[in-house]
Amino acid sequence: MTKYTKDHEWIIVDGDVATVGITDFAQKSLGDVVFVELPENGASFSEGDDAAVVESVKAASEIYAPIDGEITAVNEDLEADPSLVNSDPMGSGWFFKMSIADAGQLDGLMDEAAYNDYLKDLD
Amino acid sequence: MLREGRPTTPEAIANDAGGIETFSGNRGLRIHEPLIFENGSYNRTGVDMEDAGAFETSLGGMDREESDINLPGYSEPETMRHFTRLSRKNYAIDMGFYPLGSCTMKHNPRLNEKMARVPGLSDVHPLQPLSTVQGSLKVMDELSHWLKTLTGMPAVALSPKAGAHGELCGVMAIRAAHEAKGDPRKYILVPESAHGTNPATAALCGYKVKAIPANDEGRVDLEALKAELDETVAGIMLTNPNTCGLFERDIIEIAEAVHAIGAYFYCDGANFNAIVGRVRPGDLGIDCMHINLHKTFSTPHGGGGPGSGPVVFSDRLADYVPVPDLVMLDDNSLSLKEHVEDGDANFGRMTAFHGQMGMYLRALSYMMSHGSDGLRQVAEDAVLSANYLQASLEDVMTRAFDGPCMHECLFSDKFLKDTGVETLDFAKAMIDEGYHPMTMYFPLVVHGAMLIEPTETESKHELDNFINSMRGLASAAKAGELDRFKGAPYYAPLRRLDETAAARNPVLKWQAAEAAE
Repeated sequence: MTKYTKDHEWIIVDGDVATVGITDFAQKSLGDVVFVELPENGASFSEGDDAAVVESVKAASEIYAPIDGEITAVNEDLEADPSLVNSDPMGSGWFFKMSIADAGQLDGLMDEAAYNDYLKDLD
Repeated sequence: MLREGRPTTPEAIANDAGGIETFSGNRGLRIHEPLIFENGSYNRTGVDMEDAGAFETSLGGMDREESDINLPGYSEPETMRHFTRLSRKNYAIDMGFYPLGSCTMKHNPRLNEKMARVPGLSDVHPLQPLSTVQGSLKVMDELSHWLKTLTGMPAVALSPKAGAHGELCGVMAIRAAHEAKGDPRKYILVPESAHGTNPATAALCGYKVKAIPANDEGRVDLEALKAELDETVAGIMLTNPNTCGLFERDIIEIAEAVHAIGAYFYCDGANFNAIVGRVRPGDLGIDCMHINLHKTFSTPHGGGGPGSGPVVFSDRLADYVPVPDLVMLDDNSLSLKEHVEDGDANFGRMTAFHGQMGMYLRALSYMMSHGSDGLRQVAEDAVLSANYLQASLEDVMTRAFDGPCMHECLFSDKFLKDTGVETLDFAKAMIDEGYHPMTMYFPLVVHGAMLIEPTETESKHELDNFINSMRGLASAAKAGELDRFKGAPYYAPLRRLDETAAARNPVLKWQAAEAAE
């Protein structure tokens, strides 16, 4: 199950683990990503907390925790090669995995169709 | 100029060269200057032959150790030429229009320079006995008086060395004031459009930052702000006029709401140029604000000189002015309070010495040569220039927000939609037009932002030339002249640099060409 936030992050839910990254729209808006700062393994966040930082040639942005939970893994490949965020944002450019403290929070997020409508409204 | 018989304009010369390559690689007065590391071997000494062979060198045993940076020894004229040639490849306010938004790149009057070079004021040392520098202290006292009068604030700390340093000073004072009441509190509120230094300052002072969204007009969303205000909030950091170039109309209501919960109001004074002489921040309810002498008061910056960011304080924070601080003794002589004493409320020492004396002199020279009426006109002309640019460009570019602007005008990249040209390309093409690009991609609340600040420096003639270039570029982008943009700059000393590679794989130390490959 893939969900989206208004901040252009995606969440792929697999059992009780959520993988988080940024959407293709987000990477295009940012431009070439040059640096990613990832959270500590085991750190816990509430929905909306700053969990990571992504920096491009244009701007630095926060990556927010889309739900409450604890970091279970981070994508260390991004530290050596931040361009993965541009080349494969929905795949190998993932940021971190986290536990799902409250599955109910997922219902508040958009599915793919709703996110695509949201993007159309931004134009 | 007599134009008969010889080509004189740059285009004519370029067309006239007929493909002739020079033997030196130079182009007449455009001289190729190698990196200092690549201009001969480290054995060059500047005072002797490079390889004296069997003879003893004239270096008197001062021969240099071999080094992997290969720094050659230049003679004095070679040194002068190296740096002069490099400086001629640079761009400066003395060379042309420099509309870098939020930076207030105004003319640095030469009278300021003359005053800063008066021997009795320029040849002082910070450890001189105070009795011998009363003139310098009087300059600081006079500058303090002007800053307090212009802002309507009772106290000032002159020592901070730049805008962000001033922010640090202000927020440390806010923290000290809360700590004196027993609780430093937890949050600082910062609007989304703020200068990046604002949240950085708050974080450095141990606060968590809460971002306040902007409304559709580009101003702080008052209701969203009020919703965040409770007794965990230590203060707010707001820029006025804000980074969208707009005056925060609700500022008095914001100040009252902030004060009602016992918090403090920090104003980022980077844009004071738009209101100097017209509005006193103290009257708006602001508790502390830094003033960039290197913006509003015309001291050089952007590589031309050090910044200086004095901070003014309201009555509520006046006790927290840090040391070193200028004080008047009972005998009317001026002195410097150097150390924190028992019973002081302040948070301690801000700087080792007393601040940027040369900048104090230049700023005071600017203030006194303009007078209060002249400074008022500075603000009026800066706002008039920005509105003239905005009105002259709004039919071909896309304004970010409606209504008149203050000292800078803000455009989004909407007019470039579907042209293939991005804000970055547009900025690079401006270099070919002979202008320093505007501020781009900031503020972040506007997509592909282009922030243009003309200042009061520019004449209508200069603004019209700029408008002509900007309109030309906007039309060229819409007409699909992609090469003009994607390959720009064509006429700069260097073509477009690879910013992405430089950031992803920074090479911070010079390497010989072979090693770099």
